[in-house]
Amino acid sequence: MVSSYLVLVWAWTRAAMAYRASFALMVLLGSVITATDVAVILVIFANTTSLAGFSRDEALFLYGVAGVAFSLCDMFVSNLDRISQHIKAGTFDAMLIRPVSPWIQMATDRFMPSRIGRVLQAAVVLGYALAVLDLDPGRLWMLPVMIVSGIVIFASLWTLAAAAQFVLTDAPEVTNAFTYGSGQLTQYPFSAYGRDLVRGVTYVLPLAFVNWQPGLYVLDRADPFGTPGFMRFLGPAAAVVLALLAALAWRQGLRHYRSTGS
Amino acid sequence: MIELDRAGRSFKVRRETVHAVRDLSFRIEAGEFVGYLGPNGAGKSTTIKMLCGILTPTSGTVRVAGLDPSRRRTALARRTGVVFGQRTTLWWDLPLRDSFELIRLLYKVDRRAHRERLDALTETLDLGPFLRTPVRQLSLGQRMRGDLAAALLHAPDLLVLDEPTIGLDVVSKAGIRDFLRRLNAERGTTVLLTTHDLGDIERLCRRVMLIDHGRLAFDGTLEDLMATAPAGETIEDVVTRLYTAGVPPERAPR
Repeated sequence: MVSSYLVLVWAWTRAAMAYRASFALMVLLGSVITATDVAVILVIFANTTSLAGFSRDEALFLYGVAGVAFSLCDMFVSNLDRISQHIKAGTFDAMLIRPVSPWIQMATDRFMPSRIGRVLQAAVVLGYALAVLDLDPGRLWMLPVMIVSGIVIFASLWTLAAAAQFVLTDAPEVTNAFTYGSGQLTQYPFSAYGRDLVRGVTYVLPLAFVNWQPGLYVLDRADPFGTPGFMRFLGPAAAVVLALLAALAWRQGLRHYRSTGS
Repeated sequence: MIELDRAGRSFKVRRETVHAVRDLSFRIEAGEFVGYLGPNGAGKSTTIKMLCGILTPTSGTVRVAGLDPSRRRTALARRTGVVFGQRTTLWWDLPLRDSFELIRLLYKVDRRAHRERLDALTETLDLGPFLRTPVRQLSLGQRMRGDLAAALLHAPDLLVLDEPTIGLDVVSKAGIRDFLRRLNAERGTTVLLTTHDLGDIERLCRRVMLIDHGRLAFDGTLEDLMATAPAGETIEDVVTRLYTAGVPPERAPR
């Protein structure tokens, strides 16, 4: 499975590398676009010393963790959202006659190595936050845990969105609102949002477990919404549950795939 | 090699159930060369897609090489080659040679066996002149030869072809027919072919199956098929009569 994934990534990378100048430009452009997200945070803190109870560097920490997880998924999984085009064009059939999971073929479809720019940008922000914040070293074990859970949560969201295309076919924009919207939402401390929204993205769509809940633990902060302390550690469990749901939805989607005429 | 037992596939279209294929039963033994005929919308492609595991049957059972295609799709893919005449299964932006290398890696064919097969296929299908060309720049005839080679690089026991000669000129058609005949005769590869070109059937298929409105309307040798007709009728006449004799499609309300 892993080897098939790498083989396909390699093939698409070679195809992309045929245009070297465009590759360099795309890396640069990707970094610049995401850098504007950070600029927004910096502008906010030029006018105030705290955002919903969090300092600039704490906000950058939360941004960095979610950004690394999200941009890695954007690079390695998000091509799943191209499935509606393949279903409509009938080219999804071709993926089903090969001895490789169609999920892997979709995730690598037109793999864009230039998206590495966004990953690097998020990693730099996270590195900066870790360097300037005076964090308890005893709590840093949570950092890799939250990044991995975050990757699994975002990857599951993309899989659910792709599975929905088997039924909706024509609505990639609707599902993009969920996937890219989730990426946007996790850029700020959740204390900036209303209580009902935070409840929704804790108990329905478990985005709170990407960076908010475990982040509170790393930053040694109490939850302004007053959730109990054990919830800081539920990230991996939430990720596993969501991944199982996504896998189930994907399987069901495949079984109900209708193909096109002829 | 292939066994269908009362297999059916229906689709819900605006609250109505349309049976693309219903109660279809047949067997194809290893080494056969079978032509699968039927008018547009008769259920040919639906049958093919059930055989490959692309579509899950809504009733009955399908077995290919002893496997249930929709549940063991990837295992079956290692033993079957599939060619769709209407659209390529190759990677549009990659040179043909890179597509073949990708197939070698995905099907986990070892390097030497791949080299030998690719050399043989390059020679018999005359792929040499356009191996370095991206698939999107190939002519239809070249692309079809490329697709055929791609479907055979892992040496499948079964080759399924959905309208492989559609849109090809007479020379390209003759080349592909000759290649398929030799593949079946020399390697013993089982071939199932759908086509609207009766020349394909006359020159290649010992056995003919005719599907109409999702049901088998004829199954026998080409001679049997011709024997049903008055002397002097051509295969076109016979097939036309069978196509037009069909009953309207059954649409059961939900």
